[in-house]
Amino acid sequence: MSDSIKEKVIEIVVDQLDAKPEDVDESKSFTEDLQADSLAIVELVLALEEKFEVKIPDDEVDKIKTVGDAIKYIQDRTK
Amino acid sequence: MARRRIAITGIGLVTPLGIGTDVTWAKVRAGESGIGAITRFDASEFTTRIAGEVRDFDGTQWGMQKRELRQMDVFIHYGLAAAKMAMEQSGLGEDRPDPERIGVYVGAGMGGLSGIENTWETLRAKGPRHGISPFFTPSVIINLAPGQISIRYDCRGPNMSMVSACSTGAHSIGEAARVIERGDADVMIAGGTESTVTPLGIGGFCSARALSQRNDEPTKASRPFTQSRDGFVLSEGAALVVLEALDRAVARGATVIAEVVGYAANADAHHITMPAPGGEGAQRCMTLALRDAGLAPEAIGYINAHATSTAADTIETAAIRSVFGSHAYDGLAVSSTKSMHGHLLGAAGSLEAALCAMALHEGVLPPTINLDDPDPECDLDYVPHTARQVQVEHAMSNSFGFGGTNAAIVLKRYG
Repeated sequence: MSDSIKEKVIEIVVDQLDAKPEDVDESKSFTEDLQADSLAIVELVLALEEKFEVKIPDDEVDKIKTVGDAIKYIQDRTK
Repeated sequence: MARRRIAITGIGLVTPLGIGTDVTWAKVRAGESGIGAITRFDASEFTTRIAGEVRDFDGTQWGMQKRELRQMDVFIHYGLAAAKMAMEQSGLGEDRPDPERIGVYVGAGMGGLSGIENTWETLRAKGPRHGISPFFTPSVIINLAPGQISIRYDCRGPNMSMVSACSTGAHSIGEAARVIERGDADVMIAGGTESTVTPLGIGGFCSARALSQRNDEPTKASRPFTQSRDGFVLSEGAALVVLEALDRAVARGATVIAEVVGYAANADAHHITMPAPGGEGAQRCMTLALRDAGLAPEAIGYINAHATSTAADTIETAAIRSVFGSHAYDGLAVSSTKSMHGHLLGAAGSLEAALCAMALHEGVLPPTINLDDPDPECDLDYVPHTARQVQVEHAMSNSFGFGGTNAAIVLKRYG
């Protein structure tokens, strides 16, 4: 289950941010490494919410800085 | 102090005739139509099912990433492609002025209609949290066209959008020329962009009974000055020019396509959609533009008329007759290139000014196609059917918009 969450999150990140799959791993920062601005991050969060049927409150969004943070957030809430 | 002279050093066109200035101009010279059946949406229930769509446009070929394309409405895609073409032709590379001396005046008549329509549907389906992209607002508002251009080309001077319906493109060029004349910038990217071949865009004009319903003969539907004209044909695209202080352009060895030597803007103050009787406002506008250029009416050899293939073609003809007197029948050529490219709304005025610049540069007057059965009240030399090789010195481009807003631009051959 957790591996498939990881794959799905990376797939959404690649799609939303027009990134190359080989450039996206858990260590990557959305703003520093993947050139996402604040609007792109909102768009990404909404896509994750739809995919995993979770709600990510705005104050939680601020804590999700890397791809790994996003994967962990989803994993913790879909166990 | 003498007024600064203004050169056009670049033109970028995205039109139903083609993507690029060369291809659009070649089709205009050849007298071809860019009008066809609507493919963007199912128009089967609409009284008008034809339009001038831009075909085979791929934003990734014009420097936009896929992600960026999602974040901008179509009218901004066209604007960015036209800006790229115009800047490349101008050759403004190493010898660009300080970024603060480069401005962008690019407008649209309606803005991001397709984004508004699509988002309304997703809002209804998914609700406000997931139904509205965070990019919605900056993708549909008009001044994001000049905003996006300024970000890409580091233009830190004046940046805004004229919004004057079908006069938008002309006012954008005229007002941008004024910015350079008064010394507030040395280079301006200017013109209009539009993409409204959508259910609301087409439907609004259908409801106003403004569009041609010649659905079975799309290439013959835009037929200005004819007895059988039955409305305009809605088109889309972008037309931008690079304006530059002439002395600067010459000093850096740029090719000057034409000069902008006169401009006027005024209003009918008469009716929301109909021109004033006799084209009174248009007459004043043309007269003011001639005065601004310091020219007698006889100096104008060609007018690119606003003529949309509606009842108003007769009124514009009367206005030209009134301003130009006997010259209207002796040496003045007038054509409506909308007969070929249709009506690009906010991009129409800048496209037609750009075609005037090409006409002066190439020594070719664009034709009015489909002029098979001239309206007896339309009795000028409309360059029927085929382009004419004539070198004129000055050309005028007329643009008139809903709200009674008028623009006239006078261009001069350079060299």
